Amino acid sequence: MFSRLFENVSRRALVLLGVLLIGLFGAPLVASDYLLTVLILILYFAYIGQAWNIMMGFAGQLSLGHALYVGLGAYTAAALYVHFGIGPWLGLLAAVPIAALAGAFIGYLAFRFKVGGVYFAILTIAVAEFARVGFDHLTWTKGSGGLFLPVAQYAQSDLWLLRGKPVMFYYILLVAVVLAFVFCRALLQSRIGYFWLAIREDEEAARSAGIDTFRYKMIAVVISSGMTSFAGVIYAFYYNNLFPEQVFHISRSIEIILGPIVGGVGTLFGPIIGAFLLTGMSESLIAALHALGIDIPGAKQVFYGVCLLLVIMALPDGIWPWLSRRIGLSEREK
Amino acid sequence: MTALLKVDGISKRFRGLLAVDRLSFDVPEGGIFAVIGPNGAGKTTLFNMIAGVYVPDNGTISFAGNRIDGLASDRVCQRGIGRTFQIVRPFPALSVEDNVIVGALMRRHDVVEARAHAHEVLRRLDLYDKRAQRASSLTLPDRKRLEVARSLATDPKLLLLDEVMAGLRPTETDRIVSILKELNRDGLTILLIEHVMRAVMALAGRILVLHHGASIAEGAPADVVRDQAVIDSYLGAEDI
Amino acid sequence: MPFDVYLNVAVGGLLTGLVYGLMALGLSVIFGVVRVVNFAHGEMMTIAMYIAIVLFSALHLDPLIMLVPISAVLFCFGYALQAGIINPFITRPEHSQFLLLVAIAIIIINVLLIIFGPDAQSVQTSYSYDSFQIGKLIVDATKLYAAAAALAVAVALYGFFQFTAIGTAIRACADNYTGALVVGLDVKHLYALTFGLGAACVGAAGVMLVLIVDVTPSLGPAYTLLAFVIVITGGLGSMPGALLGGVLIGLTEAMAGLIFTPSAKSMFAFAILVLVLLFRPQGIMGKKAA
Repeated sequence: MFSRLFENVSRRALVLLGVLLIGLFGAPLVASDYLLTVLILILYFAYIGQAWNIMMGFAGQLSLGHALYVGLGAYTAAALYVHFGIGPWLGLLAAVPIAALAGAFIGYLAFRFKVGGVYFAILTIAVAEFARVGFDHLTWTKGSGGLFLPVAQYAQSDLWLLRGKPVMFYYILLVAVVLAFVFCRALLQSRIGYFWLAIREDEEAARSAGIDTFRYKMIAVVISSGMTSFAGVIYAFYYNNLFPEQVFHISRSIEIILGPIVGGVGTLFGPIIGAFLLTGMSESLIAALHALGIDIPGAKQVFYGVCLLLVIMALPDGIWPWLSRRIGLSEREK
Repeated sequence: MTALLKVDGISKRFRGLLAVDRLSFDVPEGGIFAVIGPNGAGKTTLFNMIAGVYVPDNGTISFAGNRIDGLASDRVCQRGIGRTFQIVRPFPALSVEDNVIVGALMRRHDVVEARAHAHEVLRRLDLYDKRAQRASSLTLPDRKRLEVARSLATDPKLLLLDEVMAGLRPTETDRIVSILKELNRDGLTILLIEHVMRAVMALAGRILVLHHGASIAEGAPADVVRDQAVIDSYLGAEDI
Repeated sequence: MPFDVYLNVAVGGLLTGLVYGLMALGLSVIFGVVRVVNFAHGEMMTIAMYIAIVLFSALHLDPLIMLVPISAVLFCFGYALQAGIINPFITRPEHSQFLLLVAIAIIIINVLLIIFGPDAQSVQTSYSYDSFQIGKLIVDATKLYAAAAALAVAVALYGFFQFTAIGTAIRACADNYTGALVVGLDVKHLYALTFGLGAACVGAAGVMLVLIVDVTPSLGPAYTLLAFVIVITGGLGSMPGALLGGVLIGLTEAMAGLIFTPSAKSMFAFAILVLVLLFRPQGIMGKKAA
């Protein structure tokens, strides 16, 4: 499967990829502490965006509740650590199945009972909101008071327990983004990828071409939710505190999907470009307003909203399909 | 010849409208069987029941000796029945090649193998040179052929064609007719719904005339077109 | 707890539910005709709420008196939004529409934040603490007035769709887009009109909710969600369904708040939504798709 990974990739694309990778791996050497935290945020959104894109961009199922899987991953790993001292990598063994199970639950209900389109999207919001209020009242995870992880001494990074400096999280997320990218490309080129695209394009026609659409939609939801929960684990150990109101909130779910939509739904570079653009834009706005001495709460968001509006109006398919044409990459490399 | 598809007394009712009324017929293995009839006669409903989109209210449908009524459409396709849609539905954003690969992957797990098979099918349907184009950019005749190609790539024993000639020019019709004849010679059984009598007469070994959901005539083409009931209800003064 | 406590809470929930129903009616009308899910619905409502607050605090105009003028302002806002920005998106995929309306929602929330600040504001009318007593039943005057007004607006809207030429034309557009184009209806205008009407509905609901809840700029998303829950519960596209769904959800929230804890009440609304989606996806009053 991996031997064909670089099939149909032009030299130009390979060079671009190489430069990008070298730049990202070298970035912490030159980046300030502040810039590093911004880059961590970008990689975090690029990773989740890639995971969300499997469901929406590949299989055509619009999820507006991905904060659910982030939250489940975060809470599972954090609670295991706080209560039993179980480290995050072992915690993943519980976090991923729990999130995948939640995804499977939503998928099973929706696809069995033929809840589709807008209704499916709203079902995903509803389950995420249900979890938000539920976790507010769940005493094992300290309810709305918040779950706190013991903060480590930053003298030495402990990769096994994920206690350490931001640069450690940067490299973990960078590796995750690279793996997610490679994984998604492999998926797209596999049998399953073809079936997903067929389902996205026309579900009834896909079924009449012999595709068990229920099965392949389920696989998409399970992979996407399981992948997303890993970002939740990283979130918990990076920020060291979890509040249901923050982790599960609908605005988190929206944040997750803005990147891939702006970057280009269904494309492999879309989630990455979207994350760079949106997070970069939002951070530079803060910096610009700060430099101008303007301190109006909401001003940044208004500008952000206007930019979002302009992007979606000017480039309805997202930035990457447009950009890849501009820099001369072929159709297959999107 | 034995019957590959056996339709036995099926009916379908939509809110009081009886779309198909106790219909029975056999499609012999290796034959080309045509269903004709005026608009609203229940032809597409019949197709959708065979293809697993609708479950018949009564009656049974058997394929190669096994019941298939009530199976979902993906299972029906896996049993060996391919179909096209009256209003064409290729996957618009995918390339012509990828459209056909999707079909080819049903019985193949390897993408390279599926691509090779897809190329073979595309050549047969004169679409090989257009394989890199997006399906949405094709002309209507090409999109119709693409649907046939996607369906053929699943290696069906029986192909259901829902008005593939409609809207085509006579030369294009003749081309599809010759392609279908060739496929039939290679062992494919074909069941077609068609309005273009020129194509029906050229292809079909047997014709069934549907009117208000029921069969009013069935037989060899030459006999059916001379049947008074058929002329009255459907063919009318049309020049054949 | 004595029975009359339950009864009082139930009646309060029912009256609030009617106002919720009117809010959801706006969403339902927009989706039913334009086929766009208005993800900025609750945010549009907060605009109306702040207009009511400003008029009340500056000019002492009672919100119930300003119901019609504020609704008219929201109508114009909705009309302009659809005609100017949303219309090119009606043929685009759902996620694209979603992003557009989310962007609009972000702008509305934060413009309100810049103008009014983050603190909660409310309207205290002369009848804020009045109530009617019928036997053991005590009914808040504000809730009663608000519910009555909500019903009146809903009936007026129903009359508009059933008995006027424009209303009939809009229904024709909803049934058959191409057909409407063929017979020469100005679909773009009718869509904008519909969006305006939906905005006016949610505007009217906002004006009445000002009497019941405290207003902050970030109120929008929660009410957008609530409107979804109600509309799907009642049946998307069904006008009586939206009101019925509103009453059902209002009642559920009130009872859940009383029996369990107020902070968990929205869980019950979402639970109802999930059950409805699974067992009657067309909603309580919705027609089954063919």
